[in-house]
Amino acid sequence: MVVTFWVLALAAVVFGFGVFRLNSMAQVTFSLLASFLAVAGLVLLLGLGYLGVVIVLMMVIEMVIMAIFMIMYMMNPAGLMPMAMYHNKPGAMTISVGTFVLLATGILLVDWPQRTGAPAPDPTFALGRALMGEQMLTMMTLGITLFATIVATVVLSTGRGRYDRLGDDLDARSADDPLGGGVGR
Amino acid sequence: MDDPVTVPPPTAALAWWWALLLPLVLIVVAWSAAAVDAAVEARAAGRPGGLTVPAHEVTRLLVGQRRRTLAADPVLWRAGAVVLPVAAVLAAVVIPLGTRPVADLGVGVVWFNAMEVLAWAAVWMAGWGPNSVLSLVGGYRFVAQGLAYELPHMFAIITAALGAQSLRVGDIIAAQQDLWFVVIMPVAFVVFLVSAAAMAFWGPFDAPVAGDLAGGAASELSGVDRLLFLGGRWLLLTAAAAMAVPLFLGGGAGPLLPAWAWVLVKTLLVLAVLVWARRRFPTIRMDRWSEISWMVLVPLTVAQALVVSIVVLAQGGL
Repeated sequence: MVVTFWVLALAAVVFGFGVFRLNSMAQVTFSLLASFLAVAGLVLLLGLGYLGVVIVLMMVIEMVIMAIFMIMYMMNPAGLMPMAMYHNKPGAMTISVGTFVLLATGILLVDWPQRTGAPAPDPTFALGRALMGEQMLTMMTLGITLFATIVATVVLSTGRGRYDRLGDDLDARSADDPLGGGVGR
Repeated sequence: MDDPVTVPPPTAALAWWWALLLPLVLIVVAWSAAAVDAAVEARAAGRPGGLTVPAHEVTRLLVGQRRRTLAADPVLWRAGAVVLPVAAVLAAVVIPLGTRPVADLGVGVVWFNAMEVLAWAAVWMAGWGPNSVLSLVGGYRFVAQGLAYELPHMFAIITAALGAQSLRVGDIIAAQQDLWFVVIMPVAFVVFLVSAAAMAFWGPFDAPVAGDLAGGAASELSGVDRLLFLGGRWLLLTAAAAMAVPLFLGGGAGPLLPAWAWVLVKTLLVLAVLVWARRRFPTIRMDRWSEISWMVLVPLTVAQALVVSIVVLAQGGL
């Protein structure tokens, strides 16, 4: 248990540092993914099975998509040339190392309180209860907000709207699309 | 399900050394499926035999040299090939090989999903690594395919969990004692099979490694790397087919034969359907598949999940 904790903790930090040391955007992305997977392992060690596994699931999907976007937007388009992740090197180093030292000292020096409650018999069930019970309103608001953001972003960024596809009166028999699509609309 | 906050039952997993046997079991099942597939291909081409093709291929790839490409990214390239079989074996640990799985996780369904999704990273890395354009296009194709299949896939497996009101694979089997889920949720079952094929970039969803890209993500792989990648694909397909058994086909339930034999028989049947589908249907293009997936499969699976949840509520579930 203790050994696993230290291995995972070390892996999380080393791969996290790799994000700044590696010079390929693809490697950087997967280094970050490896760091997240180590964190997911730490969450699993806490006995939170669902949260840990969901972190793995979300982060793998997210990081693969992220790799595509980061390579798309980075300064050298092909992404195969060496590059540096450092900007403002001394300042960034000072801030990040300073924050780490500050937080680490805090963790070591704070007088942690004794645990009073007991963990739920099934943390997954307790989580679902909380999300679909007391926190229902929060989650619904969050969900609608996220969905509205996605729709708004797509509407703002797309070059073609429904009038381009279906004509000024929206009465074209079939949509004028650059790509065929599979449903035959 | 009377008391919603039941303590999870004591562990019902196989002995630890089954973790060492599991890869072998997967390989044997995948190997036999590959042998039959090769025999069908040989027959279609008018050649005799074909059953020994996997053995020949494995031997050839084991002694084959690694191809080198200019300015490759060897770390990601090799990692891509290794991750695929590892992901398949990890996904399979929650599948009961009979009545008990190798690891009886309370969140087994989510675990399976999280491990199989590693294929996204694996295929993209394998496509990126060699610094070769056809290979890269193949890797990108798989991500587009993944974005299309993943949501229907998640809805399909979560519908099975919904029907059993548990994420534990063992509970899902127990909930099918009276009626297999394939009867209650046929749409989810079909979508699971379709997305399982897409996940293993198996025909008709083999565009990421298709011939029009000279092999796509696998085009520059050779030797052991190619063996791991293409073998891992077979293992992934086998694991996905095996997962259909506890989710929809009642697990090891069946007359006369013991549970493990039924799991094997059902897995081989599902595998046979997938192998047949590859020969029956042509490769589908990404743009077509994405639209079909988002416009047809996602609404269908959501509707299926809705129906199942109403039935669960009507039966006095949570």
